[in-house]
Amino acid sequence: MRLLEVSGVSVTFDGFRAIDNLSLAVEDRGLRAVIGPNGAGKTTFMDIVTGKTRPDEGRVVWGEENANLLKLRESRIAQAGIGRKFQRPTVFEDQTVRENLAMSLKAPRGPFAVLFARRAEEGRIRGIADEVGLAGQLSRRSGELSHGQKQWLEIGMLLAQDPRLLLVDEPAAGMTPAEREHTTDLLRRLARDRAVVVVEHDMDFVRRLDCRVTVLHEGSVLAEGSLDFVTSNPDVIDVYLGR
Amino acid sequence: MSDAVLAPPRRRALPGSTLVFLALLAALVIAVTLLASAGLVSVSMVKLLGRTLCLCLAAIAMDVVWGYTGILSLGHMAFFGLGGYAIGMWLMWARTEVIVAASLASAPIPPTPAEVEAAIGTQIFGVVGTSDIPLVWAFAHSLPLQLALVVLVPGLLALVFGWLAFRSRVTGVYLSILTQAMTLALSLYLFQNDSGLRGNNGLSGLQNIPGFEAAGQAAVSLAFFWGSALALGLGYVLLAWVVSGKMGSVLRAIRDDEARVRFLGYHVESFKLFVFTLTAVVTGIAGALYYPQAGIINPAEIAPIASIYLAVWVAIGGRGRLYGAVIGAALVSLMSSWFTGGLVPDLDLGIYTLVWTDWWLVLLGLSFVAVTLLAPKGIGGLVDLWTDRRAPDRTGDYGPDKGSLRREEGIAREAGE
Repeated sequence: MRLLEVSGVSVTFDGFRAIDNLSLAVEDRGLRAVIGPNGAGKTTFMDIVTGKTRPDEGRVVWGEENANLLKLRESRIAQAGIGRKFQRPTVFEDQTVRENLAMSLKAPRGPFAVLFARRAEEGRIRGIADEVGLAGQLSRRSGELSHGQKQWLEIGMLLAQDPRLLLVDEPAAGMTPAEREHTTDLLRRLARDRAVVVVEHDMDFVRRLDCRVTVLHEGSVLAEGSLDFVTSNPDVIDVYLGR
Repeated sequence: MSDAVLAPPRRRALPGSTLVFLALLAALVIAVTLLASAGLVSVSMVKLLGRTLCLCLAAIAMDVVWGYTGILSLGHMAFFGLGGYAIGMWLMWARTEVIVAASLASAPIPPTPAEVEAAIGTQIFGVVGTSDIPLVWAFAHSLPLQLALVVLVPGLLALVFGWLAFRSRVTGVYLSILTQAMTLALSLYLFQNDSGLRGNNGLSGLQNIPGFEAAGQAAVSLAFFWGSALALGLGYVLLAWVVSGKMGSVLRAIRDDEARVRFLGYHVESFKLFVFTLTAVVTGIAGALYYPQAGIINPAEIAPIASIYLAVWVAIGGRGRLYGAVIGAALVSLMSSWFTGGLVPDLDLGIYTLVWTDWWLVLLGLSFVAVTLLAPKGIGGLVDLWTDRRAPDRTGDYGPDKGSLRREEGIAREAGE
């Protein structure tokens, strides 16, 4: 089933066309990698889907009811089931791992619902911490975690939100080889029952993900298919090697 | 991996610091009551302490909105003043009514209600050259209605102002400027005679509580001291509850990175509006208790400087902890009364004599700078030395190796994409 459909979207920043008539569809299960050189519009694509940036034209349609995402504000889009993991690990450093996860758990999000939510969700929190490998760190302040652990915590926070679509921006940046291994496994496991879109420009990492690849260039899709297929595409070779 | 790490957090209804605070507050109330009945503490001292407790209540509200949620409001004392005006209107009306009734009682014909009202109008508004009763005084005859206004007027103003400001995503210093403009505009409006609240004369004689003239100021001041302590205690418990648990977690998250909170699915603006309005109401109640102890309120009390003082108290006491706000407000406002009250002997330096009533503001400014530079966590931060709580000093670190410049790389890369 088609979960997300972006069609004919364009965005211009001060005359610079960051996204140019981009069309892209995401199925409701499985991994998808989006690659491209700097300035190809990878992050802008995520900004549009999560509601941070409004496109000048085009449509973004979501789910069974074909909801128009462009009309929703960021918090509604997140509630609808789109989770985003930023390039820089953005966990709340001043709070414990447990607090970070508790905040992300799927639950009513209104101020009064949150104010009166006094039930400890220890079971669910512990389950997620186990899954991302942070079971022993629940009471630590997340600012004290290592870089890789912060990345996992952020993935754990996304899991807690239980999204149907996960947008992951450069998950492997700044990780040790062992941490990369763990992250690859985690993403593959997550993609079993939800859609995961990984934005990355590290080809080795994308190869390890072993999934369908979309190549972006100057704001539109240049090629799509398996990694071997797209890397043998002469246009892609041109763009990547600058010939 | 030790057991301490694995054990779930201890769940208490209230954090330990709240219980300690309530115990200290109760001890203060008992001590002041005993000393006052023994005649060892003057009536003016009891009033000063009672007023200080009200300022502490405003300060903890400011701490919740600024220290916890990150909204530097420079307009909260407007709500304080509005609470004071709301209760002041009833106090003035009811007291004038008593005086007017007494003077008309000797008249040969009993006065009609309209005559009584006209006489009250002349008494109250003669000073601004009119005897018409403005529309805003429509409820002034009724204590319950004016008490409702103590809550409703600051609450509604905060709700409307906050809705407009937060909806447009005004944040940071721009929001501070907007709140300051709000309090300045309100103050300038109230300075006008035709605002209906006696212009720059303000409301006076508020220390005389109608119906309790016989009780004497000693008893009245003590009663207000108790009331202020009760309000501070209840306010502290309420706000400590609000900033605990998941709500507190979300509020601190909004302070640290509100865009990230949006992507978690929280509507940040609703949370800000909730906190802004709640703290405005608490500040309004603090004002309603403060001004009967001060005896007079005028528009100068709503001037932006008052709200800036409030922020200074919270900064000196320590943001992000309620007891820090109490320490800051109590310490600085009491020292301010001490220095500006002419009680501190002038310092003779030989070539120049430091007159503290003039130099107090300089001293306050210097201590504010010193706290900001040397102890960013404020006086309340000293408690950390004792409980040995440490905050992590790493923020947004890119990789395990600090020498690798990953953080700078990452920012450059993010900006470039």
